[in-house]
Amino acid sequence: MFSYYLRLAMLSIKRNPILSSLMVAAIALGIGACMTTITVNYIMSADPIPSKSDKLFYVQLDSWDPNNSADADEYSLPSQVTWTEATNLMRAKKAVRQSAMASSGAVIEPPGQDAKPYNASIRLAFTDFFPMFEVPFLYGAPWSHEQDQAREQVVVLSQETNDKIFGGENSVGNSLTIGGNVFTVVGVLKQWEPMPKFYDVTTGAFNEPEELYMPFLLKEELELPNGGNTNCWKTPDGEGFKAFLQSECINFQMWVELPDENAEAAYLDFLNSYAAEQKAMGRFQRPINNRLSDVMEWMEDQEVVADDARIMLWLSFMFLLVCLLNTIGLLLSKFTGKAAEIGLRRAVGASKGDLFMQHLVETGCIGLAGGLAGLGLAYLGLIGIGTLYGDFAKNMTSMDLTMVAVALGLALLSSIAAGLYPTWRACNIAPAGQLKSQ
Amino acid sequence: MLTMNNITKVFRTDLVQTYALREFNLNVGEGEFVAVTGPSGSGKTTFLNIAGLLETFDGGSYSLDGEDVSHLNDKARSRFRNEKIGFIFQSFNLIPDLNLFDNVDVPLRYRGFNSSERKRRIEQSLEMVGLANRMKHLPSQLSGGQQQRVAIARALAGEPRFLLADEPTGNLDTKMAHSVMDLLKDINEKGTTIVMVTHDPSLAKQAKRNIYVRDGRVSELHEVAAFAEEESQTTAKASNG
Repeated sequence: MFSYYLRLAMLSIKRNPILSSLMVAAIALGIGACMTTITVNYIMSADPIPSKSDKLFYVQLDSWDPNNSADADEYSLPSQVTWTEATNLMRAKKAVRQSAMASSGAVIEPPGQDAKPYNASIRLAFTDFFPMFEVPFLYGAPWSHEQDQAREQVVVLSQETNDKIFGGENSVGNSLTIGGNVFTVVGVLKQWEPMPKFYDVTTGAFNEPEELYMPFLLKEELELPNGGNTNCWKTPDGEGFKAFLQSECINFQMWVELPDENAEAAYLDFLNSYAAEQKAMGRFQRPINNRLSDVMEWMEDQEVVADDARIMLWLSFMFLLVCLLNTIGLLLSKFTGKAAEIGLRRAVGASKGDLFMQHLVETGCIGLAGGLAGLGLAYLGLIGIGTLYGDFAKNMTSMDLTMVAVALGLALLSSIAAGLYPTWRACNIAPAGQLKSQ
Repeated sequence: MLTMNNITKVFRTDLVQTYALREFNLNVGEGEFVAVTGPSGSGKTTFLNIAGLLETFDGGSYSLDGEDVSHLNDKARSRFRNEKIGFIFQSFNLIPDLNLFDNVDVPLRYRGFNSSERKRRIEQSLEMVGLANRMKHLPSQLSGGQQQRVAIARALAGEPRFLLADEPTGNLDTKMAHSVMDLLKDINEKGTTIVMVTHDPSLAKQAKRNIYVRDGRVSELHEVAAFAEEESQTTAKASNG
């Protein structure tokens, strides 16, 4: 019977093309608005590293001002760590993998006389950064632990940078002048664009990954400039770069990989002991308050999904509801126009259930058509957001297959929900009253 | 075949209640061709709707084909209508978007026949009404008489034991009306029981039995001539008044 109902639905839709188009348009508008905001929220709140997001932990230590907490909440913690903590925790090596990191920048001088120097973004990290975050390599490999400690001038290039400077060829072993220093290329990444950019949300959770990756300790060696946010609760003791590094200013992120709950508990114990040691040395004057947050907890804590995006999501659902209410009205009108046919079908043996299914299939077809048109509108909406907000939103405005399925499912469900009352009304049309009146 | 005992049907509003049928008693035997006549508002159509299980009633009992149908639920009534009753309406009630084949197919779809059985029955019933060569035509491409023939084919396709016709020639000219009546008589000759509501005494005369309904009751059986006379008196009074 389903194919019969489908055929009847097509005939019915063709019979009232304007009414049918209005319903499809109403659903399409609602679905389009909803899917635009759902997609943005979905990308914002997606797990960027699902295979191990519960094993990677962001480290926070309360090294802040004894008289004021880092944020409004009394127990809020600084969102980054100081150079002292970054280097001390790395030296302690208490986790399976660990990497302190920071963002920076320098001028690249590409080889070749015609190529112009340009500013490139740099991620300073330890070698564990790559396996810890499952960063894929196109050529070469990460630098070694020894090269980390020896502060060797080695660099890993993003694929885009390698394409730009070396034309996409295997550049491992080549030299590259960065910030006036000669570096050796040890690896080239495959396209890698975690969304959100979870490992450092302080510089923007939806920014592009960096163009270059180099050993963290070169920050001190080459006096590389600070990138991202730098916050201090007291001014550094002294002038210059060394004084900044030894200050209480926070500009560094610390991630550890801990395989299970025991390892997590042990690492937290270690952090508390470390804080107690620092307290004994006159630092960490606030109550001991350290925290490990896994990837999704950290995204939540940092409010990666912005409040206004959530509000937009709810508003778009309200808009969908309004569109569905309009659809209910249109369906009522359409089904009332079919009263004579419904009466006839009832007379010749259709049960209420048969008619309910017939009209539900028709409603579903309208919903699917609305969903498909809504997908088109959502696509335009996402392009609009991308155009409006530029690079910031570029990475948030693409739909994957899941979103397409969600759009169609949402259209189908919402149209069926909208169709229930009109369908119920249609089924309850008294046949006797309609058969004389045709 | 059809037995109604003391059937009462009341239409109620906030202020009044109107008896459409009152202690309505009727027996129709297997193979009969009964014409139901009576003035407008006498309850003929209400009777037909109740007989066809399209409406419920408020009192009395009704059995059809040996089964008490007074208290069937909606699904069972639908099934009963589909299997045992064929309907012919004054305004044909064809679905305009469907061609003749698909119009005749409508009751068969709800019967659960497979496609080859449906095709056989559709072709056979359209053949019977002389429209087998126009299966792919839409109702709008046919004359009124032809449309009513399609409606008859639709009613017959399910091979019902009982055919209910409500003013089947009411929308047709005399020639077409006679042609449709001839068809109904043929169908009756083949064994299908027919109950037909009509205003037209000349058509009623062609039935095997006439029943006269007045004020919701079955009045005595009238001779056709007496009924015709009464009808003309009613018409004259109406025009004088």
